[in-house]
Amino acid sequence: MSELRELYQEVILEHSKKPKNFRAIETANHKAEGFNPLCGDHFTIYVDVKDGAINDIGFQGSGCAISKASASMMTQMLKGKTETEAEGIFTRFHDLVTGHAGDGQDLGKLAVFAGVSEFPLRVKCATLAWHAMRAALNGDQEAVSTE
Amino acid sequence: MSTVAKFPEKIHVASSYDVRKIRKDFPILHQTVHGKPLVYLDNAATTQKPLAVIEAIENYYRRDNSNIHRGVHTLSERATEAYEKVRVAAQKFLNAADHKEIIFVRGTTEAINLVAQTYGRKNVGNGDEVLITAMEHHSNIVPWQLLCDEKGARLRVAPINDRGELQLDEFEKLLGPKTKIVAVGHLSNALGTINHVRDIVRMAHARNIPVLVDGAQAAPRMQVDVQALDCDFYALSGHKIYGPTGIGILYGKTKLLEAMPPYQGGGDMIASVTFDKTVYNRLPYKFEAGTPNIADTIGLGAAFEYLNQLGLEQIEQHEADLLAYATKSVEAISGVQLIGTAKEKAGVLSFVMEDIHPHDIGTILDTEGIAVRTGHHCAQPVMQRFGIPATARASFGLYNTREEVDALVKGIRRVQEVLG
Repeated sequence: MSELRELYQEVILEHSKKPKNFRAIETANHKAEGFNPLCGDHFTIYVDVKDGAINDIGFQGSGCAISKASASMMTQMLKGKTETEAEGIFTRFHDLVTGHAGDGQDLGKLAVFAGVSEFPLRVKCATLAWHAMRAALNGDQEAVSTE
Repeated sequence: MSTVAKFPEKIHVASSYDVRKIRKDFPILHQTVHGKPLVYLDNAATTQKPLAVIEAIENYYRRDNSNIHRGVHTLSERATEAYEKVRVAAQKFLNAADHKEIIFVRGTTEAINLVAQTYGRKNVGNGDEVLITAMEHHSNIVPWQLLCDEKGARLRVAPINDRGELQLDEFEKLLGPKTKIVAVGHLSNALGTINHVRDIVRMAHARNIPVLVDGAQAAPRMQVDVQALDCDFYALSGHKIYGPTGIGILYGKTKLLEAMPPYQGGGDMIASVTFDKTVYNRLPYKFEAGTPNIADTIGLGAAFEYLNQLGLEQIEQHEADLLAYATKSVEAISGVQLIGTAKEKAGVLSFVMEDIHPHDIGTILDTEGIAVRTGHHCAQPVMQRFGIPATARASFGLYNTREEVDALVKGIRRVQEVLG
């Protein structure tokens, strides 16, 4: 049962119920969709990049608690970061949820996702918005999928 | 005996149906998951196998393994006999008129593709129509889409109502001079709805249109009589009727099968081959190219025997009791909504929970040892019809118990506790 509490931490549940930056961004110059065909999770990520840094970021769509909370906390974490920094955070977050990193203390609040590594089937939920964010920054037109 | 179910008293289940004893036949059920006894409620995805099936496959490889329909040696003779005996068992299981009407395939999906690619390619042309329903599994949608794309034909879809029942009057209106084939599920895997196949067939046959029935979910849950249904094709999967994966059955009426071109070319499906001309083998071998899945066919034979011993009617009654009990119990939990509330249903309980995504339900139930399916159940159009991304689905089998339904209810309350 402790594993379950590790996965569904309070902060994750709060973000899934009241996600931050849950909106389309009018001025976005980057946009991408993330779609999980097997479970139906579907998010659109909007990024407004100014002078190589993320000026604003938001998302819309629907998904499970893990995917929604991850998207919400990602937008909080990335606002103001440079594209290079965002890429670095993506890699460290990915390592964290797949169990290839330590406790994620260097990721600040995102450390709450460490519990995901105990649930391999849920890794795709935690990383869906992140893959979409990366696709948005890279200007990929195709919807990304974590299947 | 009244047929109206009263709760919590048990409704009538034949006394000879002893579920405790039956569970002993299934080795896999006796294990713990996350420290809890396994509660396997994902039977619509695949069923567990009784020891008789597991042993039949093992014994075949230990004693009889050989290629069929060719060697004159003893092992080949034994393997051929065992393999062909299953065809007769399948004929009886479906009450087909002739064992030659039973074609072994990999599963329901392959059976439907076979019909689309042979009967379909020969008979569906530019501007023609194929009619399906809004509750079909992807395997009874995509093969027809492929056919329609190739031929410039149109896929028509008969609508369902809010309970998840086919609107028969609308269905009938869609039958027209351009309709070349109808394909319907007997029992919806996402909603549990039982379709009125006999009426559907009658309406289609009045216009000389053949009907294929996807029986993947019905075959394990009710007695199927293809002659009484009068359907032209019936498809089922071995692994959903307590047999192995990789083996299934296509039933087809002799007259139609004989007029159809072969599906795949190769050994066994020919009578004679020269570089100028090949003469195809007679039914059913015309549709069985190459060395087939002999071992799993024999495993399927053991599954037929097992189901016959228990009796499909008894299984149907047992599952009806479980579904009625589960429906009542789950419906009573506030914040839970059932998806698929047809008057005639079997085996499947799909539900959604307020503000809780099915994936989270599935993960939490799993930590309680309960296996359910979450997602769109390979029926995305059904999810779109109900305006939801996914559902959680409990589906019952012949070995499930009321105690397991109670565990599910407890599990759902646990989901609300954790995520509420």
